[in-house]
Amino acid sequence: MPTSITSSTTIARERARATDPATDPAALPAGPDSRDATDSLGELEAGLDNLQDAPAASRPTAGRFLLPLGTLAALLSLWQLAAWFGSPRTDLFPGPLEVLGTAGALAADGRLAEAVATSLQRGVLGFALALAIGTPLGLLLSASTTLRRGLGPLVSGLQVLPSVAWVPAAIIWFGLTDATVFFVVLMGATPSIANGFLSGVDLVPPQYRRLGTVLGASRTQQLLRIVLPAALPGYLAGLKQGWAFSWRSLMAAEIIAVGGSIGFGLGSLLQQGRDLSQMAVVVAAILAILAVGIAVELLVFAPLERRLLRRRGLAPGAGR
Amino acid sequence: MSIVIENLSKDYGAAPVLSGISTTIAEGEFVAVLGASGCGKSTLLNVIAGLEPPSAGSVGVPAGGAAFMFQDAALLPWLTARANVELALELRGIPRAARRARAGELLELVHLADAGAKRPHELSGGMRQRASLARALGQDRPVLLMDEPFAALDAITRDLLHDELERIWRAHRRTVLFVTHNVREAVRLGQRVLLLSSRPGRIAAEWEIPGHVRTDPAAQAALTRDITQRLREEIRHHAH
Repeated sequence: MPTSITSSTTIARERARATDPATDPAALPAGPDSRDATDSLGELEAGLDNLQDAPAASRPTAGRFLLPLGTLAALLSLWQLAAWFGSPRTDLFPGPLEVLGTAGALAADGRLAEAVATSLQRGVLGFALALAIGTPLGLLLSASTTLRRGLGPLVSGLQVLPSVAWVPAAIIWFGLTDATVFFVVLMGATPSIANGFLSGVDLVPPQYRRLGTVLGASRTQQLLRIVLPAALPGYLAGLKQGWAFSWRSLMAAEIIAVGGSIGFGLGSLLQQGRDLSQMAVVVAAILAILAVGIAVELLVFAPLERRLLRRRGLAPGAGR
Repeated sequence: MSIVIENLSKDYGAAPVLSGISTTIAEGEFVAVLGASGCGKSTLLNVIAGLEPPSAGSVGVPAGGAAFMFQDAALLPWLTARANVELALELRGIPRAARRARAGELLELVHLADAGAKRPHELSGGMRQRASLARALGQDRPVLLMDEPFAALDAITRDLLHDELERIWRAHRRTVLFVTHNVREAVRLGQRVLLLSSRPGRIAAEWEIPGHVRTDPAAQAALTRDITQRLREEIRHHAH
């Protein structure tokens, strides 16, 4: 910024004012046409704005990745040491190397890929279905006090009910088909999504609604332009929980409901390992279930959430 | 086109918050409403804005209604400064093509032309209030209600915004009702100062501020002293 030039113009203006009584601020309050006063006010404000400008948040460092990876490596080493020195029965307590070997074999004969693909496909489809039902349900409950009083406790209750409880009923209704799996996933995830939506709407600061009223928003505009965008972070948290419930319910359903026309998923792999008393297969399946869960969180929800919160100045580190 | 308040009362259940307030605010007049915390100043604004109904009496507001400026800027955090201003234009029914240009003009008016793409959390407190002022002006209502808009700002920024608000008020005459608990601010900005008593809030005193007082620091200081004196008397009533 050319500081010296601006300050000398200011001085020139001060002189001009001192000699010209018409623009003397003491004689006349600053009017709209006194350009000088306006300009210097703008300049003052620009100076203050620049002084108060917060420096941009620093980019995340390598520590963000190194720390969890290091922790993982340490835990794996501990596990391997325990398997070598702690347990005489490797068939009951396989170490990570043995599990890795089993996982390699499962991957080689295509069973692992098939299981992951089948489960992931079901999980995503079931979650999408729960999304399509839970979102309008949340919207309805948030829009009508009567509905909410009536159905709210039931929806909250269903969220607490372990969805595995639906498996026997689903098997009786739908038999050993994929419909059973989808039904259980749906019952597991829908309440979370509807409740997440509701709590998102509940946490919208009342100030925003007042603002909408003051700005003359209609009911629809209030909902579309103010309430829904404001509720988005809560809704996203609900989706995250909904996905976790989908994935858990799916595994429960796959473990219990095996056979019939139900495809071979990760839960089925787990159950197969148990039937054959192959502990390494069981552990490999557990790790695969965990890995898929982590991958979805890291690749889908974390970036979405980070972007949403950072835009609002809410992300950790964004305001610093 | 003036605001006419007749015998306005407001209570929430038992305790009256406002009681028997009558005054007329002329078109284009700048009135400062002064009072201690909890005297019902904000309630008065809310009733005039139509956010709350009066319990008794009546409020006549010009046909266009009132724009409102909140103490915290109340900018929507998911929108940029420009989009916040554009929202006011959109809800007024201005077509999309015209909104962008008009929002640009309004931001220019409050010296925020370069900050239009920033989000509220990237703006300083003073910049946020200026963006909020631009949005309130974007509502293009004959009346502007301001609820302690500068109370949370530092002294330097507040001084600057006083100049800014006065400049804009002179250029775009609106009827302004400015609520504050700061006597100097009331004298600095108002053509007239209304002092509200507390519990219930009623108009306890009223001062016209002649033009020469506004440009004479000594006269301004004397008047500020008088009003502060009176305000303290009001507060002392509540000691027992």
